[in-house]
Amino acid sequence: MPADAIVMDLLRFATVGSVDDGKSTLIGRLLVDTRQLFDDQLEAVAHASMSRGVGDLDLSFVTDGLRAEREQGITIDVAYRYAATPTRKFIIADCPGHVQYTRNMATGASTADLALVVVDATAGLKEQTRRHLCIAALLGVRRVVVAANKMDLAEWAKDPYDALVAQVDELAGLLSIDPPLVVPVSALHGDYVVEASEAAPWYKGPTVLGALEAAPAGGWAGEGLVGARLPVQWVLRHPTGKRTYAGMVDGAALYPGDTVHVLPAGIETTVRRVATADGDLPVAPVGRCVDVDLADDTPAGRGDLLATAPLPQVVDELTATVCWFGEEPLTAGQRFRVKHTTRTTVGFVDHVLKRLDVNRLTLEDADALEANDIGVISLTTADPLVVDAYTSNRITGSFVLVDERTNATLAGAMVGAPSFARAPVR
Amino acid sequence: MTTHAAAPRVDHLDLLESHAIFIIREVAAECERPVLLFSGGKDSAVLLHLAVKAFAPALLPFPVMHVDTGHNFDEVLEYRDRQAASAGARLVVASVQASIDAGRVMDPGEGSSRNRIQSTTLLDAINEHRFDAAFGGARRDEDKARAKERVLSFRDRFGRWDPRRQRPELWQLYQGKVNPGEHLRAFPLSDWTELDIWQYIERERIELPSIYFAHERDVVLRDGMLLAVSRWVAPTGIEVAERRTVRYRTVGDATCTGAVLSQATTVAAIIEEIATATVSERGATRGDDRFSETAMEDRKREGYF
Repeated sequence: MPADAIVMDLLRFATVGSVDDGKSTLIGRLLVDTRQLFDDQLEAVAHASMSRGVGDLDLSFVTDGLRAEREQGITIDVAYRYAATPTRKFIIADCPGHVQYTRNMATGASTADLALVVVDATAGLKEQTRRHLCIAALLGVRRVVVAANKMDLAEWAKDPYDALVAQVDELAGLLSIDPPLVVPVSALHGDYVVEASEAAPWYKGPTVLGALEAAPAGGWAGEGLVGARLPVQWVLRHPTGKRTYAGMVDGAALYPGDTVHVLPAGIETTVRRVATADGDLPVAPVGRCVDVDLADDTPAGRGDLLATAPLPQVVDELTATVCWFGEEPLTAGQRFRVKHTTRTTVGFVDHVLKRLDVNRLTLEDADALEANDIGVISLTTADPLVVDAYTSNRITGSFVLVDERTNATLAGAMVGAPSFARAPVR
Repeated sequence: MTTHAAAPRVDHLDLLESHAIFIIREVAAECERPVLLFSGGKDSAVLLHLAVKAFAPALLPFPVMHVDTGHNFDEVLEYRDRQAASAGARLVVASVQASIDAGRVMDPGEGSSRNRIQSTTLLDAINEHRFDAAFGGARRDEDKARAKERVLSFRDRFGRWDPRRQRPELWQLYQGKVNPGEHLRAFPLSDWTELDIWQYIERERIELPSIYFAHERDVVLRDGMLLAVSRWVAPTGIEVAERRTVRYRTVGDATCTGAVLSQATTVAAIIEEIATATVSERGATRGDDRFSETAMEDRKREGYF
């Protein structure tokens, strides 16, 4: 990698798929063939492979780093890996496949721009892969690349590939995501991962790396128009006595001169300046941490939101889609700490309304959610929240439910009902 | 509504910087008594620089702590004191020698690494000062156990990390509440690579201890590592001290941190060197990770950084 390649963009992607379909092996292959691994790291993988009798170089050991993972041959938690090509830097969240580790898969997918789905082409789409794609779509990951793995075992026949493409397209249609590119690969041997191959002359598309390099980067874009959003993290007190409001810009860029609303109070004012520790900025782009100087000495504090039009909603009753991670079921009447942007309050679950059937992609009536279930609840909060629909903005559209006694994070929640799920057909 | 020209593109260093500053502010806002762990190494230098930027023009709202093994390079200690002072931060030094003297840990012996026993000193200091969050400069690209760790990593009353029971960490909702006696480790540099660190040091002109740059030094080859001849390391048996031009890729306990042969005297030359390196940072220089494939996980479970 050239040393002067300092201006790179950044793509965050999550790898998902069912256990044993070869996810970790594919990531290992991607890292090895793009030469991201150092010699000593490769030697360590080779040593671990031999000592467990799994061949010369088990590439899955590149990412499965925990003792229990190596012993059981499964992925328990997300492993973050990093790769760079001359123009792009990748942050890779290698997610676990087992249903009991859904919380970890959701952790990895919640910040991803793209999902790389690994499927055993000889087996087709498994239930767990459908579930993962469904969760990824729920979390707003609409760009998907599918690696049809183990094509070497299918002797590179086109039929299983075509069958998989048909399955993937049907599911993508149901999930309202873009039709994914399906790349035939052998993670084990490396065909079409980084290096093109002669193995499938009928395949004319890019390699997995080619697809990842071509995907639009630069963050997550929601549906519909939202204005700039800046949840206030911290009030900076200047030696002059002036106060400025620090936080990260989301939704849309924020400019000096913009009219902003301080919410939930609803005060309208003007952005006088945006700055960082390095000085004033002509514009604060999405993803930058800045401090904002407001006209008229408008007061604000941690937990307030600065927003430009179109404005978010101020609510204390809302409907949300939740991924439930608790071991005990989620039922009506339970009370939680609610953390939304930089604001923390408490809330009651009024009703558990629906449970998502991830296989049929339908919403069924329910009054409780079990561990790893996805469902729809209604919630009342003690203090108002300033929200956008999750489909419009990930930051203002998401919150977590926290156990007030143990501080465990029990649910990830998204404002609004799932966009794709239908009511059950009677 | 005003309309604006297309927003400028943000490069990866700006995004990494903003993400780290976001995390530092969240922890400072949600925790009662945070502390920033500062070893004088390049990662903690970047961390301190980011923390200062996060709160400028106000002063750092938390102290800085160094866990001193007693086996540190003089250049690094001098640098540590100077950086803490210029950041306007209160410096807490937690001494491994004091832990040994108090009988809290066994002295591993003359010339042996005190790396592992640092955990006790660190946890004792966290308890003594009632810190509920400790910022560290660890990066996920350093080690396979670290690659699995959350940005906010929960530690129980015994200071232990349980990799099987990590809190879900969705979106940018860093949830940092802990009960008394428990604490968090916060890793704002989680997503940075070694190259990102050096590119950022170059861009921000961050000062580093001189031992990061090529210099002449007497070294001895031991267990495949070039160890500096010092008060703690002397040639034994058939070992021979040699004068070589070296630099350090990491800074740590002088008894287990190796130098690498290098002519790189500037940050730009170091970036060039890393871009073509064939051995990882820890593999090249850290004896403490060589014992087993899960050495880091095992130490982290005991409360290590």
